[in-house]
Amino acid sequence: MSATLTAPAVRTPVPTGSALRWALADGWTIALRDLQHWRRQPGQLAVGLLFPVLMVVMFGYLLGGGMAVEGGGSYLEFLMPGMFALTMVFGLESTMTAVATDAEKGVTDRFRSMPMSSAGVVLGRCIADMLNSVVGLAVMVGVGLLVGWRWHDGPARAALAIALLLLLRFAFLWVGIYLGLVARGPGSVMAVQIVVWPFAFLSNAFVPTSTMPAWLGALAQVNPMAATVAAARELFGNPGVAGDGWLAEHSVLAAVVWPTALAVVFFALAVRRWVTLGR
Amino acid sequence: MTGEARQLRTAYATVVLLSPYAIRERRAMTPSAIRLHHLTKSYGTRTVLDHVDLDVPAGTVLGLLGPNGAGKTTAVRILTTLLRPDSGTAEVAGHDVLRSPHEVRRNIGLVGQSAALDEVLGARQNLVMFGRLHHLGVRAARVRADELLDAFRLADTGDKAVRHFSGGMRRRLDLAASLLLAPPVLFLDEPTTGLDPQGRLDVWAAVRTLVGDGTTVLLTTQHLDEADRLADRVCVLDAGRVVALGTSAELKSATGGDRIDVVLADAADLPHAAALVARALGAPPGDVDTDVAARRVTAPVADRMGALAAVVAALTPAGLAVDDLGLRRPTLDEAYLRLTGHAAQPEPAAQPDRAAPDAAAPAGTARTTEEAA
Repeated sequence: MSATLTAPAVRTPVPTGSALRWALADGWTIALRDLQHWRRQPGQLAVGLLFPVLMVVMFGYLLGGGMAVEGGGSYLEFLMPGMFALTMVFGLESTMTAVATDAEKGVTDRFRSMPMSSAGVVLGRCIADMLNSVVGLAVMVGVGLLVGWRWHDGPARAALAIALLLLLRFAFLWVGIYLGLVARGPGSVMAVQIVVWPFAFLSNAFVPTSTMPAWLGALAQVNPMAATVAAARELFGNPGVAGDGWLAEHSVLAAVVWPTALAVVFFALAVRRWVTLGR
Repeated sequence: MTGEARQLRTAYATVVLLSPYAIRERRAMTPSAIRLHHLTKSYGTRTVLDHVDLDVPAGTVLGLLGPNGAGKTTAVRILTTLLRPDSGTAEVAGHDVLRSPHEVRRNIGLVGQSAALDEVLGARQNLVMFGRLHHLGVRAARVRADELLDAFRLADTGDKAVRHFSGGMRRRLDLAASLLLAPPVLFLDEPTTGLDPQGRLDVWAAVRTLVGDGTTVLLTTQHLDEADRLADRVCVLDAGRVVALGTSAELKSATGGDRIDVVLADAADLPHAAALVARALGAPPGDVDTDVAARRVTAPVADRMGALAAVVAALTPAGLAVDDLGLRRPTLDEAYLRLTGHAAQPEPAAQPDRAAPDAAAPAGTARTTEEAA
């Protein structure tokens, strides 16, 4: 035992290569850790992926019968872009849980006391969560196609819609990292989960904002998720875009600007919080 | 430190450690592994570390002792680059924690208060991941992981997730994960908190092995017996200040001479017996302690030879039944109590350094004993 502990078969590696190279290498190692989680907990992965599918069934079939789409069209066609965006926003919880758990367990401190890249810690989280969201979105698109949802304006515009949805996820990734760093343990994820629901409902995802009281509709329109939903509907050629607000006419622009602004603000907040950990 | 230098160090350690005489020689020659100079840290108006000076020679164990809120964990966090000091300097393995944090990180291992592990992964997956993050190659990380699993008797855990491990297994894995690069300086923050007796013995054995091979260890603890068993020197912190520094024997003798324990048959006799013992020994009544649960009176003894006879002579005429009577050296607990003015482990909750220091050491006792030590 004695020789093993102090004389490793491996020598201390001399750091070579740029900071960027190590950030990428460390980021990949941390992302791999999440992929190992998926393999070890397939049930949890499945629940995460199937929950939005359950929502489609609930809203599309249980409640959908009573829904009328402004300007005509199928409610499922109207609903699916909203469900895609909702799936992206729900990713916030898994990001926050992962970050808060590592902080509470002391894993974050272990990382910070190791000669590794601190950018790699965050990069790994990004890679893993974006991969998870790509899979989640693919499942939802598959479900959409199964229930009769289609894109009508060609693959290029559909791809742009997918990209905007992933941009929304990227923005909420930073929200999640920031909230995870300020959270006091994974328990506070519960509080965020409770807030995410009204946030998601207070948008155009389930019903057009024109059906709401004027003040509530205005509030729902400025929801960052609403911009992405409106843009996705327009790009997929799904019903419900009708309306004469600023958002209806500039939905794609809004779906770029809003999440980008969110990402920038929360990136800055998260970096500041990371630095404050050492104060 | 380059790989060559490390190999040299290891080879040197192996040869030199053959003779106990040489250990003393080497320790006398080697530079400090950890050096603090006027290290200060405060949060708002609360000073957590107050101009702390400390020097830990390479290859020795320093036990950092103190009640909750004394600043132990804060000191460890600064030395492991997790926290920036307000002023003063701290060097670890010859590198300044503020100027070259990366070099410091390459030379340290940290075992914090909670096992910093991935709960979903198995033991080997954890070690390989941390090994990769220490920038070992894929194969090297696997080889090193297997070595450490063997060394810490975790090889048979197979694919089991860490969340199903016992506390002792977690702590062993945590320790293994901090030894991936065989760091010359190791920080253990309350390494046996929450462990069963076997788990505690396991950690102690591992620490002794590491130290035997030349690793410098700084460990914080609230358990005085732990410091007594492991540490070459003990540093007592109280409210952010060093109140005593020395070997545990030195601290004990600074507490002032031997103790006499009188165990009575009936706890109701304790106050009466305490007064008689104090008078018989000529000790101030304030220095005589009573412990109701143990039915025991404890008093400091100035004159070893006459003490037993004097106590017996005082108690017998009063008709107090004595179960047990004995002279002994003071424990580190008593030294600690005397130095800080309050007992070890004032509160059971593991809330290190968060709770405000509740009881300041009475002026006089602590500061003067420091000079005596």
